[in-house]
Amino acid sequence: MRPILLQGHERSLTQIKFNREGDLLFSCSKDHVINVWFTDNGERLGTYDGHNGTVWTIDVDSTSRYLISGSADNTMRLWSVETGKCLYRWEFPTAVKRVAFSEDDQQVVCITEQRMGHQGAVRVFDISREGDGTNQSKEPASFFHPTGSKAVVCAFAHTPGLILTGHESGKVALFDAKTGEEVNNNERAHMDVITDLQLSPDRSYFITSSRDKTARLHDTRTLMVLKTYTTETPLNSAAIAPGKPYVLLGGGQDAMSVTTTSLRQGKFETRFWHKVFEEEVGRVKGHFGPVNTIAVSPKGDCYASGGEDGFVRVHHFDESYFRAKPYGDLEIIE
Amino acid sequence: MAPPNGVNGAHDDVDDIDYSDIEAKYKVQYDEGLDNILVIDGVPVIDKSKLEKLLAKISKEFGRKGAPLKPEDMFLPWDDKTGKSKGFIFATFKTAEDAAYAMAAMNGHPFDAKHTFRINRFTDIEKYATMDEDWVEPEPEPYKPKEHLRAWLGDPQGRDQYATYRGDEVAVHWHGKPSQCEIAHERNGWTDLYVSWSPLGTYFATLHRQGVRLWGGPSWEAQQRFAHPFVKLIDFSPNENYLITWSNDAIHVPEGAQQGPQYFSPEDEGNNIAVWDIKTGNLLRTFPSSMPEGEDGVKRQMQWPAMKWSADDAFVGRVTTGQHISVYELPSMRLHDKKSIKIEGVVDFEWCPLGDKDREDIEKAVQAGKKPKENLLAYWTPEVANQPARVTVINFPTRSILRQKNLFNVTECKLYWQNQGDFLCVKVDRHTKTKKSIFCNLEIFRVREKDFPVEVVELKDAVTEFSWEPKGERFAIISSSDPNLGNPGPGVTIKTDVSFYQLVRGKGDFKQLRSLPGRTSNTIRWSPKGRHVVLGTVGSTSKSELEFWDLDFSIDEKREGTTQEWGSGIQHLGTADHYALTDAEWDPSGRYIATSASAWRHTIENGYAIWDFRGQELEKHILDRFKQFLWRPRPRTLLTKEQQRQIRRNLKEYSRQFEEEDAAEESNISAELIAHRKRLIDEWNAWRLKLKEELAEERRKQGKKEPEVEEPKQEEKEEIEVWVDEVIEQIEEEVVE
Repeated sequence: MRPILLQGHERSLTQIKFNREGDLLFSCSKDHVINVWFTDNGERLGTYDGHNGTVWTIDVDSTSRYLISGSADNTMRLWSVETGKCLYRWEFPTAVKRVAFSEDDQQVVCITEQRMGHQGAVRVFDISREGDGTNQSKEPASFFHPTGSKAVVCAFAHTPGLILTGHESGKVALFDAKTGEEVNNNERAHMDVITDLQLSPDRSYFITSSRDKTARLHDTRTLMVLKTYTTETPLNSAAIAPGKPYVLLGGGQDAMSVTTTSLRQGKFETRFWHKVFEEEVGRVKGHFGPVNTIAVSPKGDCYASGGEDGFVRVHHFDESYFRAKPYGDLEIIE
Repeated sequence: MAPPNGVNGAHDDVDDIDYSDIEAKYKVQYDEGLDNILVIDGVPVIDKSKLEKLLAKISKEFGRKGAPLKPEDMFLPWDDKTGKSKGFIFATFKTAEDAAYAMAAMNGHPFDAKHTFRINRFTDIEKYATMDEDWVEPEPEPYKPKEHLRAWLGDPQGRDQYATYRGDEVAVHWHGKPSQCEIAHERNGWTDLYVSWSPLGTYFATLHRQGVRLWGGPSWEAQQRFAHPFVKLIDFSPNENYLITWSNDAIHVPEGAQQGPQYFSPEDEGNNIAVWDIKTGNLLRTFPSSMPEGEDGVKRQMQWPAMKWSADDAFVGRVTTGQHISVYELPSMRLHDKKSIKIEGVVDFEWCPLGDKDREDIEKAVQAGKKPKENLLAYWTPEVANQPARVTVINFPTRSILRQKNLFNVTECKLYWQNQGDFLCVKVDRHTKTKKSIFCNLEIFRVREKDFPVEVVELKDAVTEFSWEPKGERFAIISSSDPNLGNPGPGVTIKTDVSFYQLVRGKGDFKQLRSLPGRTSNTIRWSPKGRHVVLGTVGSTSKSELEFWDLDFSIDEKREGTTQEWGSGIQHLGTADHYALTDAEWDPSGRYIATSASAWRHTIENGYAIWDFRGQELEKHILDRFKQFLWRPRPRTLLTKEQQRQIRRNLKEYSRQFEEEDAAEESNISAELIAHRKRLIDEWNAWRLKLKEELAEERRKQGKKEPEVEEPKQEEKEEIEVWVDEVIEQIEEEVVE
């Protein structure tokens, strides 16, 4: 599994995303730039320039038409994937930490940071797909402040109208998108900050990673913890591999203490765990800083990891990955 | 009781009322007031002229034991007929507690050759006098069998145990085949400081603020306690009869502290070291701790163990640097022969351990009623003025010098006895004339031979580690010529060489078997059964290699008798790595070695791993806040030599049986694992199916179409045109116009 090294960022990666077909890879970083790459050969297709601060988060819609991004320059921007033009920008009082498209591409949810006297807020915007896309409504369709610990990650749940959030305290919760009411929560899902939240293809379950050194699989409706993957390092990202019963976890020592730790003890590897058995299956080395973000292609044929070291590594799975049946002929429903 | 007549118009017939119940209820409980009086028997019979002298003497005796008694508080009854005393005294103390203490301290006290004090409470005398003469058979207390302290040895699978200490949790585990690894006992907050096994594995010691506790038996009941507040270090005697404890805080006996043979008395105040009898729990003696002072007057680190036990538990010795060695007899803890062994300049000493054969000899000698062989003791003295440095071996208790060897240009000596007491190696760090560089000589005394012949192995480098093969004639050393040796710093890895030496039979000298240059190893761990050795790089942040070596590797069975090529039996079995390990320890059977990374030293990847002797990892646990790993030691085998030989002869038969068990175990485990996985998958699949149905239902209700299931349709062939620019040749032409 020879990786393709994508050297297009000058600072650490914050998030990477595949489009639905898995042929394009979007990456954003603290160097203010968003890049798009061909997954196949690692060639850079283009950039989306305009942000004046760390780009914390991106998401692409299911038709690869629009790209949405959130940045520390207090804006959220809508881009045309094809042309790289900025179609619309929303301004907020604080930085945008997380954005996500809904399943039907009609809505976008975003989280803004709690800072400078402003409360952390979750906003939902309707995205007009008419015309060239520059005609968007400035006002959110709904807007609420989650109480208690601040929300850090979010996504649309299995049904539209429900928003899944992960919080600084380790809580996961379901909010009604219209009323902002907390529908369900699990206060003790994690013991520390939740760093990532990624859904299964049908959005019926999701994985969270946390600095408490564990990743957990949850049922979206009940928020019950289904599986726990315990590692020995703080985790920054977790992803579910489609087609194979694996989950991918990435993390490593705190970015702050990286300079004082050697490669060996930093544990900057991507770990493959068996989704059902909760056993570690293997590790992929390569980064020389913590792994900040992991994404698996929706086709399940490759995955990419973005590190604090500023590199994205794209790994296309070998033939043997698909053929191998390390646990015998047991069939696992995805 | 009755009110004065006339008050409140009281009736005259008041006397008729029966007050007896109230009277009984409110009766004043008179203090008998006799609890502070003791009756002392066994006082010499005297006439009146000697009265004062006697009382003064008794008063002094009591005072010495911390129970002051003035002569005027004593009353001596007289026999008027003879004009002599009756031989006993009534002594009055201030309080009942004082009396109780005096009784405990002075009962059975030898007053002089003929008289011994027998003390009773005055109230008891009355009790005894009015005692029922008829003897009533006392109810026999039901016999409570004590748990067998060595019960763990009776494990049907012959498993070993180990203790782990992590966070606040202390656990004792069984170590066996994967299915037999279980926790034998577990307790939260079992210890405040650390845990320790006694040398034969009988007791498990935990350290607390109040003192030491020993535990044992299959149910891990408390067996003994030693009240030494703020105890920090403990040391068992080799045969588990005695325990030495040390605390940095000097002993302080507060007012009203409990007294008795198990507790410190005011005499012990200010001391740091205490010697205890394990079986009774009694305090034997306390000592102040001696901090040897370095040349510049700065106090050096205290040596531990502060007192060294002879192998038979009969003596314990303590060195006062530069002056003498004091040897105390057990169990009285009196200074042997009432004088220390005066040795000018003595630095350190070591007792000779007892070999298996020595133990047999001692047993035989005891049976025959003869005196067993004496203990050996070796010590060294540095160069002083014109005197050379000297290593001396003496007999004890006769204190006769058996062998002495003079040494020159000595910086430091260390004494290493081989564990059977066959050899004594003195590692002599010598300096060159300029005192700039250090090199090393090994002076090896062959103790079993006549006149203790000495062989010298001269080395060019400094030796950092020396280790005898247990029960063997080999040793391993780690030497280093690294310039960084002696000034360790972060990130500094010291290059070392490891060498093995073996005794050449008949010639009597030690020859190098093999040298392994260019290592980083700094630790030698011989298997307790000999033959196997592990070299480790311990305590380094960048290297953590473990090398597994076999020194008797041969394929053919008949090793004895056939002469082999020198050093051909050495075989490297494997290399392993345990990142940031801080300790390595063999199990008592010599089959496994455990390595651990303790949170006491650093906080990276704490935990422990267990390897077999070939370097195969059997278990590895990475545990936050992991502190301590300790194998439970085993006592010496009870099998005779003959029985052991028998077993070795029939080894094949045994191993067949074991292999069968192993195979069964393996299939068992995999079957279990497969079943477990099957169950997990079934659960998962059932959950997924149910969920999918419910989700589809929900979507239908919301009037949405089913999510598109992507058919794995035949992908349309997409032609991708790739332009490849390739520079085939580059030609530079200069066009001259």
